Amino acid sequence: MSDVKLSTDEVAKVASLARLDLSDKKKELFAGQLNNILSYMDKLNEIDTKDVEPMFSPVEHTTVLRKDVIIKEHTRDEILANAPDSDGQYFVVPRIV
Amino acid sequence: MSSLIEKSLTEIHSLLIAGEVTAVEAVKACLDQIEKTEPEIKALLAKDGENALKLAAEMDKLGPDASKPLWGVPVVIKDVLATKGITTTCGSKILENFVPFYDATSVAKLKEAGAIIIAKANMDEFAMGSTTENSAYQTTCNPHDLSRVPGGSSGGSGATIAAGQCFAALGTDTGGSIRLPASFCGCVGVKPTYGRVSRYGMIAYGSSLDQIGPMTRTVEDSARVLNVIAGHDKRDSTSVDCEVPNYIEALAERTDLSGLTIGLPEEYWGEGLSEEVSEACKNAIKKAEELGAKTVPVKLSMTEYAIATYYIIAMAEASSNLSRFDGIRYGHRSKDADELIDLYTKSRTEGFGDEVQRRIIIGTYVLSAGYYDAYYCKAAQIRRLMRNDFEKAFESCDLIAGPACPTTAFPVGELTADPLQMYLMDIFTISLNLVGMPGMSLPVGIGKDTNMPVGLQLMAPAFGETTMLQAANVLEKSLPDFSKPQQI
Repeated sequence: MSDVKLSTDEVAKVASLARLDLSDKKKELFAGQLNNILSYMDKLNEIDTKDVEPMFSPVEHTTVLRKDVIIKEHTRDEILANAPDSDGQYFVVPRIV
Repeated sequence: MSSLIEKSLTEIHSLLIAGEVTAVEAVKACLDQIEKTEPEIKALLAKDGENALKLAAEMDKLGPDASKPLWGVPVVIKDVLATKGITTTCGSKILENFVPFYDATSVAKLKEAGAIIIAKANMDEFAMGSTTENSAYQTTCNPHDLSRVPGGSSGGSGATIAAGQCFAALGTDTGGSIRLPASFCGCVGVKPTYGRVSRYGMIAYGSSLDQIGPMTRTVEDSARVLNVIAGHDKRDSTSVDCEVPNYIEALAERTDLSGLTIGLPEEYWGEGLSEEVSEACKNAIKKAEELGAKTVPVKLSMTEYAIATYYIIAMAEASSNLSRFDGIRYGHRSKDADELIDLYTKSRTEGFGDEVQRRIIIGTYVLSAGYYDAYYCKAAQIRRLMRNDFEKAFESCDLIAGPACPTTAFPVGELTADPLQMYLMDIFTISLNLVGMPGMSLPVGIGKDTNMPVGLQLMAPAFGETTMLQAANVLEKSLPDFSKPQQI
């Protein structure tokens, strides 16, 4: 468990890709914990997986298609009811351009 | 406990249908028990007692409906499932004020069957945890010993059942989150086959692993709930369109275990298992043999790779699923952001707890360019090898049995400082989520050292719930009743 995979700077960089901002204290804490976890995951390299088809889901059937018809299930009011900010018609966000 | 809440779901349902107990009386009994026990146990988040009583009164006016398998039965729903009009937080601050305008399919089916929702159950934030200590709101205590954890992530669902607050609860299981709390709280918990129950309306954690299932006081009760919630749903393309057997009728078809072969994987019965769990589970297997079951050793040689495989896949899926929480359409929005990226970042950083952030970061890392093949793809390949392993094992047996967890419930705070040690508690449960097969935890004893419940895990091939429930039912009836906490 000794090899360091992620420096604190790299932890911060990956966090920012996921739109998370870590305090310096948390960067240190997470870097230690994440390196432990990632080192543990290296265990998988013991197994030869050459030519093994990856399995991404237990249900491997083909894509299910439905008829392309419009169904109106919910109202605008219902959907906007949980919005942190709206004008009654749209979600409101900070100025983008 | 008042006599009413000591009943099983099946018993209370018979009384309700016969008109000997009204729906209002059933709801009131549960609400009283909640009032009495909840200050210490803290199993519940949003409570909906008033509406539950109103609905019960309306139902009583119309009279019992025998065609509804859960008519008048008070139930609790894990807070990961959308409930129309009832706050659904997923145990997270980011959804603190989220009130869904629709029901999850499993919830809609319970309502259609006559069940009355009285509350939402506490859970680890976004179902990430094994103890319910990761809830952003409260730590649930184990009704058998308040200083110990109830297990997780469906710890609120396990505790509410053990405390007699309701007759059935829904949990969800991504890596053991039904079976582990069932084992720790001494109740029955069933993780169905992946695709058996619609996931529509379940706030996704690991979409290729998540399944919804019942937590109850008896096997028959779980069979009754599974009957209601199972089946194909056009809103979940991974729900499988195959016939749902009548699990309750099937229970009556088997009164012993003759002709049944149970595989015992050496990887589940050896090193790392606590002595008290080993002893209680071995006694249950001995009982199964007395009831006519044949036991054979089987090999699940990939078990030691399960945790690493699982956490790569689960965290990768989580990082993708949780990207929807952006502070725009629902959920927490930061008050001090002045441009869009800043708004995303601040809202997510303020809204997500530490464990969720850890998993999102690892998930993002293992999916990033340069690491995808080494981690995510490698894990997906090993996942297939694991399924081959299970399929091979099931060639020589009908069911596989082992402990649900290496230990009984441990003290609150014991594992919170070391995430990796916490992940290792899932060693016996996570393989099934990876391979998509069904499993359940059945209370089979009380550990002699901790005096806490021990769960035996039964596992079946895909869509083999019938045989699994039959065997559990026979075994349960021949073992003493362990499900009631001594303190309550």
